Amino acid sequence: MNARLRWRKFLSNFMLTMTGVCAVVSVAVLFFILGCLVYQGGTSINWNFFTKLPVPVGETGGGMANAIVGTGELLILATLFGVPIGFFGAVYLAEFSGSAMAFVVRYAADLLNGVPSIVIGIFAYAVAVHPFGHFSTYAGGFALGLMMIPITLRSTEEFLLAVPRTLREGAMALGASKWKTIVTVIVPAAYRGILTAILLAVARVAGETAPLLFTAFGNTYWSKGLKDATSSLPAVIYSYALSPYDDWHRQAWAAGLVLLVLVLVINIVARGILSRGISVPR
Amino acid sequence: MATTTSPAHGASPLSGSRHFVNRADHGDEIARVITFIFAASVVLITLLLVLSLWQGSALARHKFGFSFFVTQVWDPNAGIFGALPFIYGTLVTAVVSLLIAVPLGIGAAIFLAELAPARVSDTLEFFIDLLAAVPSVIYGVLGIFLIVPLMRSYIEPALKKTLGFIPLFQGPAYGIGFLTAGIVLAVMIIPYIISVSREVLLSVPRDQREAALSLGATRWESTWKVVVPFARTGIMGSIFLALARALGETMAVTMVIGNTPQISASLFASGYSIAAAIANEFNEASSPLHSQALIELGLVLFLLTFILNGIARLLIIATSQRGSGTANA
Repeated sequence: MNARLRWRKFLSNFMLTMTGVCAVVSVAVLFFILGCLVYQGGTSINWNFFTKLPVPVGETGGGMANAIVGTGELLILATLFGVPIGFFGAVYLAEFSGSAMAFVVRYAADLLNGVPSIVIGIFAYAVAVHPFGHFSTYAGGFALGLMMIPITLRSTEEFLLAVPRTLREGAMALGASKWKTIVTVIVPAAYRGILTAILLAVARVAGETAPLLFTAFGNTYWSKGLKDATSSLPAVIYSYALSPYDDWHRQAWAAGLVLLVLVLVINIVARGILSRGISVPR
Repeated sequence: MATTTSPAHGASPLSGSRHFVNRADHGDEIARVITFIFAASVVLITLLLVLSLWQGSALARHKFGFSFFVTQVWDPNAGIFGALPFIYGTLVTAVVSLLIAVPLGIGAAIFLAELAPARVSDTLEFFIDLLAAVPSVIYGVLGIFLIVPLMRSYIEPALKKTLGFIPLFQGPAYGIGFLTAGIVLAVMIIPYIISVSREVLLSVPRDQREAALSLGATRWESTWKVVVPFARTGIMGSIFLALARALGETMAVTMVIGNTPQISASLFASGYSIAAAIANEFNEASSPLHSQALIELGLVLFLLTFILNGIARLLIIATSQRGSGTANA
């Protein structure tokens, strides 16, 4: 073995090891983040955290019940707004559309998907806050729902198109009309994928803060209803982390832990649903 | 679903097949129209978004014209609005983040696509996907409580000592600023680079690798001189995608960049980004002109990400077609 070959082999082994290091470092970041949040926020999580309202600076205790409920309300509103548009739009693309219209809709969805979340916030402010003159839970749900549309649309379309042609033709051959085929055969066959897509979309918007700043705003008390501004976990984390108080910092860590666990659990459940197999044989 | 009750259900067998076909067609037409309305609303919403940004910034656009992009002063009280410090901050943090994230991300992608056994690769990819799902406000929290003190006490002084002769690494080390924002952004965009690059690398045909190895190349030479160049455009696509994310990222940057509209040669100095400016000032805009200038910033951000996403998509499509094209040949 001459020196040159030895050098090449060394370089090969060295560089390949380095790529492994890169991969390990990248994945380690996830566990580092999780570890940090558990270490810093774990001790502040107790029954009060989930059931009490925030207390003024200086008082100890208190919780984030209003933010947790607020995030729940926002996510439900966002799902009610975003998922139908995404789902039925995807049915149109996969089953009815000509190629020109499909191109336009896909293009618009991809464009919407790429819009920075803060710009979504500006738009939602212009549409759902400014005309009414006040911040509201509705507006926050609208902003988050906007972000869910393209995610739901594109993945639902993909899963609908993945349903084998034979199933479709079988239903047609039995005399089912097109919409009946869609409702009774195609959508049930693709439901795992669609559910995954919706859950991933929910997880994606659950941690969004920027679109809520100008829409749901924030609230130190219970929201008086969906027309009133509401607190949410991401918004509370943001304002508490930037405050100068140690107590609030601890609360921010705890809220961060709750939010991260929520997002990760939804993600894992979603992927679990999908990996248990596509519900139709391919 | 409302459409499950079929009008054909109640039809007696005596009503004739012709009738039945008619009604079924009718149902199809209704379903088509309903789903069309939803699909069209996606297009409508997107158009409305662009329109509202355009109209919402009309006042600022007319008043400042092109000078908006070259003016360094942002003074809401005096009514002078120049976007340059924000554009500068956005670009500098994005460049810093790419310098860190690109080598790390591509290295990891090479490991996942070329070296790791399929099971290991899929497991790691699962964790990378989860990492991509971590909300940005959480990166912000880690940024201010961990990375900022770390930068202030260790990394920035060390950089100053070793590389202090370069203007980039001069000035007081506060911990917050361009460099810290860039590092936090880098961690946030690495998952995107890894995921997309891995896909692209996996789509490179097997015979490319085998040909290189049979010619006596080492494993690394086959990877670096054959596979990576083959996937080059797709990897570029993943980088553009990550860049678009970095430019539009709001919360984490807002929390660590310092929020001072200034242009400084030093990476240690605090600055401001477009997204951070909107997040901080939009609710408290002191005049219509102020909020319109912020909306114009939003428009600029929108256009930047729009262009970058477009380029990214073209590049990624180009590589995957090239990969499958050669595989079929």
